[in-house]
Amino acid sequence: MAQATSLPDTTEEQPARRYSEDAAGLGRLRAGAFTAPALALIAVFLVFPALWVLYLGITNYRLTGIAAADPKVVGIDNFLTALANPRFWNSTWLTVEFVAGSAVIGQAVLGFTIAWVLRDRRGPLRRIVEGIVILAWILPSAVVAFLWVALLDPRDGTLNAVLGLTDFAWLLDHPMLSIIVFNIWRGTAFSMMLYAAALGNVPPSHLESARLAGASNWQQLRDVVFPHIRGHVLTNLLLISLWTFNDFSPFMLTAGGPDGKSEVLAVHVYNEAVRNGSLGYGAAISTIILLINLVVAVFYLRLLRSKR
Amino acid sequence: MGVRKRSLGFTAVLAASGLALAACGQSSGGGGDTIELTIAQNAIAGGKNAAAAEFIANWVIPKFEEAQKAKGKDVKVKFVPSGVDDEQYKTKLSLDLKSGKGADVIDIDGIWAGEFAQAGYIKPLSELVGPEADSWDGWQQIPEAVQGMATYEGKKYALPVGTDGRVLYFSKPVFAKAGLPADWQPKSWQEVLDAGAKLKAAGVPVPIQINAGTAMGEATSMQGVLPLLAGAGGEVQKDGKWTGASQPLKDALGLYQKIYGGGLGDPRLQQDAKGRDKSFQRFAEGEVGILMEGDYFWRGVVNPKDGIAKMDDRDQSVGYALIPAIEPGKGIRGQDFVSMSGGALRTVNPHSKHPKEAFELLAFTLSPEALKEEAKNGSVRVTPRTDVNKELLAGDPLLTFISEKVLPLTAYRPPVAVYPQVSVALQEATSAVVGGTTPDQAAADYQKKLEGIVGGAGNIAS
Repeated sequence: MAQATSLPDTTEEQPARRYSEDAAGLGRLRAGAFTAPALALIAVFLVFPALWVLYLGITNYRLTGIAAADPKVVGIDNFLTALANPRFWNSTWLTVEFVAGSAVIGQAVLGFTIAWVLRDRRGPLRRIVEGIVILAWILPSAVVAFLWVALLDPRDGTLNAVLGLTDFAWLLDHPMLSIIVFNIWRGTAFSMMLYAAALGNVPPSHLESARLAGASNWQQLRDVVFPHIRGHVLTNLLLISLWTFNDFSPFMLTAGGPDGKSEVLAVHVYNEAVRNGSLGYGAAISTIILLINLVVAVFYLRLLRSKR
Repeated sequence: MGVRKRSLGFTAVLAASGLALAACGQSSGGGGDTIELTIAQNAIAGGKNAAAAEFIANWVIPKFEEAQKAKGKDVKVKFVPSGVDDEQYKTKLSLDLKSGKGADVIDIDGIWAGEFAQAGYIKPLSELVGPEADSWDGWQQIPEAVQGMATYEGKKYALPVGTDGRVLYFSKPVFAKAGLPADWQPKSWQEVLDAGAKLKAAGVPVPIQINAGTAMGEATSMQGVLPLLAGAGGEVQKDGKWTGASQPLKDALGLYQKIYGGGLGDPRLQQDAKGRDKSFQRFAEGEVGILMEGDYFWRGVVNPKDGIAKMDDRDQSVGYALIPAIEPGKGIRGQDFVSMSGGALRTVNPHSKHPKEAFELLAFTLSPEALKEEAKNGSVRVTPRTDVNKELLAGDPLLTFISEKVLPLTAYRPPVAVYPQVSVALQEATSAVVGGTTPDQAAADYQKKLEGIVGGAGNIAS
């Protein structure tokens, strides 16, 4: 997915001299020398682990036992096991729910709404709202998760105290709702900032003419604002979908429970690979996740390129 | 030309990064003649198993270093603490041992011995250390059953750190409210259910807490389904065959159905990621009537000194009773009462640079002197040694009860590598029943999973 870009050839900015094979070779070598550290890091930390996961996915490797000492290649067994495992499908649908609910609907819509409402405001209100939203985003997710566990506690939680509920067990009875709300709260800032910047690019004169022509707020949004920020919207949706898809933080709230009711794919992989020690099976599911990510990314990029 | 030059540069950079990364690896071992040893446990000062962590740091290490100095050896020992869930500790340890890291002396749960041995993470002590491991004088003091935990395929892989037993705890003040006796000892499952019904009528929020579901992990097996299975006359594995959807399993799951389907337990607590700790807290607050647990509950949970849910009046308020069979004489081996036991093991890391000294440290932590010293700060437990137990446990009524009444009738889990996977399938069966599945259906589903785990129906007796 990462593309290696070569540095612009700077040889032309040198004092005028005859272009020669040698110089071109040197330039290439220099460019290679500059990009090599980055490439090496990508190879060591991204490409090699990814290939390793692909390989593990076709073995019966486990954390302990015989298969830890002597793993065997089992071909597509793990993939067949996953496809026949109701828990895997359960996780897949929950992940779709999680991405659609918390990223596409939640973060993007809420982020845009806040950016839209605050677009012409200056002063303390704007600073307070932005401060709250951005603070949620910059806090480490582990800290935020602990905060939410305390907030949502049925007996001593702040939220139930504020809402006057007793013993309403958020994480046990509504685990998906809980992690979706948590993820919206945590991730809205990114969308908000992106849309705030994008809305700054909409020429005020266009909006002005639309208003004079009697366009409603909604029509202004649809016909003037959206065409200007279409690329931003798609980029935003792509990024937050992929982030949410691979997000592991629900684990810190519910560990996938109760009984798998909030076990999104990232948590399912962890539970299978780490808690049950089935590393090969976990790697196979990771491979499936990678494929889904690729499909999602290609889909968005196609949309982005079309009708440009 | 250019291509070759470039690839050369690229290779050089890759090689350099590789070297830099390799330099990030851990290094151990000391300079000069100093022998550096590390000892690791899932214990941390001020947190989980705090007393054990403090004991190692403040007593074992200085004493051991001193004793070695007297022998003319310069030994430095460092304690490596952890304070995490047992599952996380197991993962960390597995990864450490896999990559040739980890402390010289490590603690593992007895039930991991088989899978760790198969993976090559631990090795027979006599191979690592030499004959002194088998001739350790402590072996004569350790009962056969307890030695069995440290043995895999006839070889000793570790020294047992201790053993434990499970009982039914009950809250005397809560019992008094429900008109139940302070010296309660049920003789059948029905009597437990009857007590639960009385507690419910008296308004006790959680009459009975018997662990269920996957959230509690092995705690569900050891303090739930396995003692019940034993009480119904069943074992998870017998004579090399695994028990499938047998009558004892259906009976055990049936009791879960009566408790959780009949409003005598709190199903939510079983699903909560922190459910076990919360059940302890609620017991201490007088909201739980009966709770099945190991002696850890007495020592580490409601211990008035340093428990995680302290009860200042533990000795007056917490009662305990033997776990009854489904009916008198219907438990395993025809027993009236049953229990399950486990325990920790301590062993030498096969990657240790100083296995002989590491074993000396290991044996030192299990010497009578050390075990007695450890008990002085109030953290008494059932040690592996009968010579020490006699003297130590006299001051603690519950531990005396465990060693005299429970251990003679207890059972151990099968020390085989696939047991942990079987255990997860059992936990899933209890979870299904608490969620409304019938015991028969849950038992059938368990048998199907079991076939996948143990290599086909041929290894299952049903």
